[in-house]
Amino acid sequence: MAQKRRSKGPGPAQGEDAAADEDSAPTQGAGQVQRSLERLSPAQVDQKVSELVQYLLVKDQKKIPIKRADILKNVIKDYKSVYSEIIKRAGRNLQQVFGMQLVEIDAKNHIYILVSNLPRLEGENLKQDDCTAKLGLLTVILSFLFMKGNAAKESAVWEMLRRLRVDPGVRHEVFGDVKKLVTEEFVRQKYLEYNRIPHTDPPEFEFQWGARAARETSKMQILRFVAKIQSKDPKAWSTQYNEAAAEEAAVGGLSQDTSTPGDTGGPSQGARRRNW
Amino acid sequence: MATQMTDGHRRFLQVLMSHGIMEGSVARTLHRDCCEIHKVYYAHDKLDDFINVVNIHLQPFFMQIRKGMSEDDGKTYYALVNLAETEITKMASDYTENELELFRKTMDAIIVSENGFASSTNILNLADQLKIKKMKKKEAEQVLQNLRDGEYTLHTRCIMEMEQYILSNYQDLVRKCNICHSLAIQSQVCETCGIGMHLPCAGKYFKAQMEPHCPHCNEFWPHEIPEINRPDSQLPSGAPRERRGTSSSGTRRR
Repeated sequence: MAQKRRSKGPGPAQGEDAAADEDSAPTQGAGQVQRSLERLSPAQVDQKVSELVQYLLVKDQKKIPIKRADILKNVIKDYKSVYSEIIKRAGRNLQQVFGMQLVEIDAKNHIYILVSNLPRLEGENLKQDDCTAKLGLLTVILSFLFMKGNAAKESAVWEMLRRLRVDPGVRHEVFGDVKKLVTEEFVRQKYLEYNRIPHTDPPEFEFQWGARAARETSKMQILRFVAKIQSKDPKAWSTQYNEAAAEEAAVGGLSQDTSTPGDTGGPSQGARRRNW
Repeated sequence: MATQMTDGHRRFLQVLMSHGIMEGSVARTLHRDCCEIHKVYYAHDKLDDFINVVNIHLQPFFMQIRKGMSEDDGKTYYALVNLAETEITKMASDYTENELELFRKTMDAIIVSENGFASSTNILNLADQLKIKKMKKKEAEQVLQNLRDGEYTLHTRCIMEMEQYILSNYQDLVRKCNICHSLAIQSQVCETCGIGMHLPCAGKYFKAQMEPHCPHCNEFWPHEIPEINRPDSQLPSGAPRERRGTSSSGTRRR
């Protein structure tokens, strides 16, 4: 089958892609989907949509990105012919009921996360728990990466953390195995990217923002966080400020920032996930 | 009154989702804040109507915001609960099969006991009796490692979420409160006719009565009447009792 790749930016796959090897969704033209829909009862399709919404909420709660292959296997099953319609409706339900958006962070491999649509607020009264400390650590790392030009070598990150008395070589009272948390957990959750620097021997790695971080916070929010800590105006860093402003403009005021300068603006607790 | 979801409703739902369970006064403050931020019609005494709007939209997903009462202090709580067990909702749990089995046995012990408690020693012994992939005592201790010695009972959230399940599975083995007719894990019981009451319900019913009598058989009520402030009062109702609760068999957050 022809591999028709359409990267439409954020937003759920519209099902017009050809099948990847592992998820055998047939190529779906709009007409085909319509005909398949007509054959199935509305109740059946609605049921699948509801199941998919539940599935997405459950999976995203753990902050693990959701693969299309898993969606097909665990939820869609025999309804593959109307996959595109089901996922479209599920996305709509998530927006209308939960105020969340289904975002495809990897258009090639069809991987999704949920992100809240609602504007961030200062002093948001979300639950504070063990995860909160980790998000604080993450915010510090994201800040460092941004201020360093969007990437930094692993060694630089560890050095910065050591100055904060968080040492990857030493078991931390709150974070436990710091190295594992940063290079594995945060990476798996798509908060960070951990990539090998080419042509380095022994291999060296560098960190960058991950797709989830880019979605849950923004350069401007992180810059404001840095500015707040250092008691300076964000404009004091003109390069970063311009970059952050450009990102804001590009997003087109999508997330109307109602936060005051007091907001830390770090990554959120996911899309305010539920505790089952 | 509109039945559409607004951003105010969505924010309320998101925050409640993050907490799982929320005390009444916190929920009321949240209601007010959500309406204020998103410029939604607000009436301070219409929280339940507000929640109904959300519940209508949650129906297709077998979820619901439920209102319940704490057996400890009689305070109102709101919790987001699951109404159905499906292949998908089972994926929500982080617990191993052994841990879930242990929870079930612990719940058994709590429900069947006279006073609605199971001791930590008791629970450790229950771990011994596990049939599925025999859980070693050491593994059981691992599970209970963070928990101190003491008496365990079911958390308000668990009772709210599992009330139907408990009532239908345990039937005559469980009591319902004679006053509010909800499931009662802990209760004061009339020694003559056997009816039971939640402690806060007894406190309210017998309030300031010099000689309390059973509402059913009229015999003298032999128990100490708990002193209960109005459930929505901000005043603390006495020293907190040293107790721990087992939370519902849902996901433990990482």
